[in-house]
Amino acid sequence: MTTTKTPPPVLAAPQGRRIQLGRFRDLTLVPVIIVLLIAGSFVDPVFLTTGNLTNVLQQQSALALVVLAEALILIAGKFDLSLESTVGMAPAVGVMLVIPVAAGGFGLELPGILAIPLCLLVGGLVGAFNGFLILRFQLSAFIVTLAMMIVVHGLQLGLTQGKSLFELPESFLYLGSANWLGLPAAIWITGVLFAVAIVALGYFRGGRSLYAIGGNADAARAAGIRVERVVWVVFVIGGIVAALAGVLETGRLGGISANQGVGWIFMAFAAAVIGGVSMDGGKGTILGALTGVLVIGLVENILTLKGVPGEWKQLVYGSIILVALMISRLAGGKAQD
Amino acid sequence: MTSSVKAVEALGITKRFGPTTALNGAGIAITEGETHALVGRNGAGKSTLVSILTGLQRPDEGEVRFAGQPAPSPADRDAWRQRVACVYQKSTIIPTLSVAENLFLNRQTERGRISWRSLRTRARQLLEQYGVDVDAETMAGDLGVEQRQLLEIARALSFGARFIILDEPTAQLDGPAIQRLFDRMRSLREQGVTMMFISHHLEEVYEICQSVSVFRDARHIVTATVGDLPHDQLVDAMTGEATAAYEYRTRTVAPSAPVVLSATALSLAGRYEDVDLSVRAGEIVGLAGSGSSGKVGLAETLVGLHRADTGKVAVNGTDIRQGDVPSALRAGLGFVPQDRHHQGFVPLLSIAENATIPIAHKLGRYGAVSPARRRERGAKMIDLLDIKTTGPDQPVADLSGGNAQKVVLARALADDPNALVVINPTAGVDVKAKHSLLGAVEDAAERGAGAVLVSDELDDLRICDRVLVMFHGRIVKDVPRGWTDNELVAAMEGIDHS
Repeated sequence: MTTTKTPPPVLAAPQGRRIQLGRFRDLTLVPVIIVLLIAGSFVDPVFLTTGNLTNVLQQQSALALVVLAEALILIAGKFDLSLESTVGMAPAVGVMLVIPVAAGGFGLELPGILAIPLCLLVGGLVGAFNGFLILRFQLSAFIVTLAMMIVVHGLQLGLTQGKSLFELPESFLYLGSANWLGLPAAIWITGVLFAVAIVALGYFRGGRSLYAIGGNADAARAAGIRVERVVWVVFVIGGIVAALAGVLETGRLGGISANQGVGWIFMAFAAAVIGGVSMDGGKGTILGALTGVLVIGLVENILTLKGVPGEWKQLVYGSIILVALMISRLAGGKAQD
Repeated sequence: MTSSVKAVEALGITKRFGPTTALNGAGIAITEGETHALVGRNGAGKSTLVSILTGLQRPDEGEVRFAGQPAPSPADRDAWRQRVACVYQKSTIIPTLSVAENLFLNRQTERGRISWRSLRTRARQLLEQYGVDVDAETMAGDLGVEQRQLLEIARALSFGARFIILDEPTAQLDGPAIQRLFDRMRSLREQGVTMMFISHHLEEVYEICQSVSVFRDARHIVTATVGDLPHDQLVDAMTGEATAAYEYRTRTVAPSAPVVLSATALSLAGRYEDVDLSVRAGEIVGLAGSGSSGKVGLAETLVGLHRADTGKVAVNGTDIRQGDVPSALRAGLGFVPQDRHHQGFVPLLSIAENATIPIAHKLGRYGAVSPARRRERGAKMIDLLDIKTTGPDQPVADLSGGNAQKVVLARALADDPNALVVINPTAGVDVKAKHSLLGAVEDAAERGAGAVLVSDELDDLRICDRVLVMFHGRIVKDVPRGWTDNELVAAMEGIDHS
C-alpha cells in the first residue's frame, strides 16, 4: 500500500541523541550515588563496609516499599498521601486481632499466623476505599488521600489509645528480622518486589497501561484500557505494599509505635521525584524510584556517621534533596513537573 | 464511488445529556468509498454523532449499522475498531510514550511478556506501510502536530477498519500540511476507504468531499452531493437563515497616519530574520506564510512573548522591552494569542473578569477591583462583540469556541489599544462567529487602531489593507488589497519571489 506522495518533513538530527538520553534517564542518579559512596568513604572508614551498607539497605527497605507503592500510583496519574498512615495502622490492626486484651488486642485472639494476611488485607481495604472515593465520587486524589491520611492515623491512635504495641506474635516479627542467605529477609523481599514491578511495568500490557493512563487517560480509554479498574487495582496494590512495609518496619523495630510511618510520605515523594517519576503522571520508572531511595538512604547514613546533630539533620537532608533534584533536572534535560 | 452500499448508517438517533438534547432523531448515511463531509455550527451535534458512530456512547434511541449489519455491542471495543476508525479532535497520542508504543497501545503483545524489539519492528512496518516518516523510537511528545496526526491515522487504520472519521483534522495544520493530508485522503479513497470528514472550513469540503450532510440544532438538515449544494446554500443550511458572505470593507489609510506598531531589523535565530514592518493607525496588515515561515514567531515577538536576538519593536513610537508582555500592553497594545485554550482565557473565571484582566487596575483603586464596574465593562463587551451568553458572570468554560474567542478578542480590545496583534482568530470557530470576529477587528481599525493579523485562512486575510508574505523567516512580498488566492499561495510556497 502506498499512501504518500510528499513525505512530511522529518524533525532533524537531534532525535537520535534524545533517544539515548531517554534510555539512560532512569540512571541520572547513578552519578549522585557514586559521589555519595566516595564522599561517605572519606567521612568514615566504616561506611564502605558490607555491614554498614547492608544496614542502610535494611533500614530503607520499608521506606523503599512505600516509594514503590507511591511510584505506581504516581505513574498512573494519581496521588496517595495516606500510604504513610497505612504503614502504622495496618500492622496495628492486624496484630490487635490476634493478641490478647492484656497485650492491647481486641480480644478476638485469632490464630497468630493470620496476623500478616489480616494486616495486608487492611492495607488493601484502605487502598480500595481511596479508589472508591476518587473514582466513584470523582473527588480529587490529593484531598481524599490527605483526609484519609488523617483518618487512618487517627484510627490507629484511637484503637491503640495512643500506646505502642510490644507483645507481638513471633510470626509477625519474622519477616522484618530474619536473615536469608546472609542478608536480611527485608532486603530480599523488597528487592524481589522491585524486580517484579520493573518487569511488570516494562514488559507487560497491564503495567504499560499505567503509563498510558497517567499520560492521557482519555487516550487510554479510547484504546480499550479499563481505566477505572486499573487505577483501582493500583490503589489496592499500593495499600497492600504499604501494609507490607509496615510489617517489615515492625519486625525490624520489634514493636509498633503510635507514630510508625508518620512523616514518611514526604520522603517517599522526594525519593520518587528525584528518581524521575513525574507528579503529573505517565513518566518515570520503578528503577529510577529505586535509585531515589538509595540516594536518600545513603545521605541519611552519612549524616548519622558524621554525627550531624539531630537539630540540623532536617536542614541538610532537605537541601541535599534539592541538590539531587537540580542534578537530575540538568542531566535529564527537561523541565520537571 | 457510485456503489450504493452504505458503509455506515445512523438512523433516527436521539441522545440526551440531562436537560440538553444533543441529537434529536438525526441520522446520516455514507455510501461506501466516498468522502462525506459533516458540517454544522458549534453545538449542532457533530461531536455526539462521532462518539455514537465510534461506539463510545450509546444512543437513547435509534440504531447504527455498518455495511447493513447492526453495530456490535458497546463493550466489544475490538469489534468497533474493526469497523470504524477515528482521528479525534483531541489528540489521543500519549506524549510520554514512544511512537511504537503509541501505535500498539494496549496491544503491545497478544499475551505474556512484551518484546520491545518485535514491537519496534511492527511499528516500523506500519509506519512504512502508511508512508509516515517518523522514527518508531521517538517520544511521541517530541513530534509536531502533523506527524502526531499521521500517527493517529496510521494507528486507526491498523485495526483493519475501512471507514474512518476525521474530526477537524485540519484545525491545527498549516496550508502545505493540509494539502499533504488531502493527498493522503485521496489515495486512501482510491483504495476504497470510506471517510467522514468534519471541518469548519467549507472550501475544504468542496475540495476533498463528494457529498455533505448538514446538522443544525441537534437535527439533520440536508444531505447532498457537493455539486448540488453551492457555498451560499450550504452556509444557509448551517445557520438556518440566509447569511450573506462576509462583506469586506474598504478603508483608506492616510499616508500621514502615525505609525503605531513597528519592527526594525528584527531577527530571532531559527524563526525569522531581518524583518522590518510598520503598521499605521487605521491599517490592517496581514501576515501570511506556511507553518515554518516564522509568522507566528514574529507576531509573538511583537507582543513581547519572545525576545528577538537583534532589532527593535516600537508601539506608538516607544520602544518596548522585549520578552516583556506587560511593557507592550502598557505601550497600548492588545493581542489575541494563537491558542486560546492555553493563552487566551482562564476557563473558570467569568466573561467579565476574563475580558477585563488587562484593565483591572482601572476598575478600582489601590489594587481593589470593583465588581460592579467589572460587570458593566463585561456587559459592554458582550454587546459590542455579540457574545452569546447568559450574562457577564458566566464562566468562559461554558461558552462555545466562537464565543470564547470573542472573549479573548474582548480582552485584547479592553484598553482600546492603538495597536492590535491577532493570531489565527478564526481557528475552530463557525461561520457566524468568524464574521463577527473579523468585523470586530475591522471596527477597531476604523476607530483608529493599527492591526497585524496572522492567519492561515486566506478568507481572513481579505480584510487586510496589505498582506506581508513570509517564507523561511523572511518577508518576501508585500501584496496590496485585491490579490487572488493563487497569487498569495504561490508567494507563501516560495514559488514566486519576484
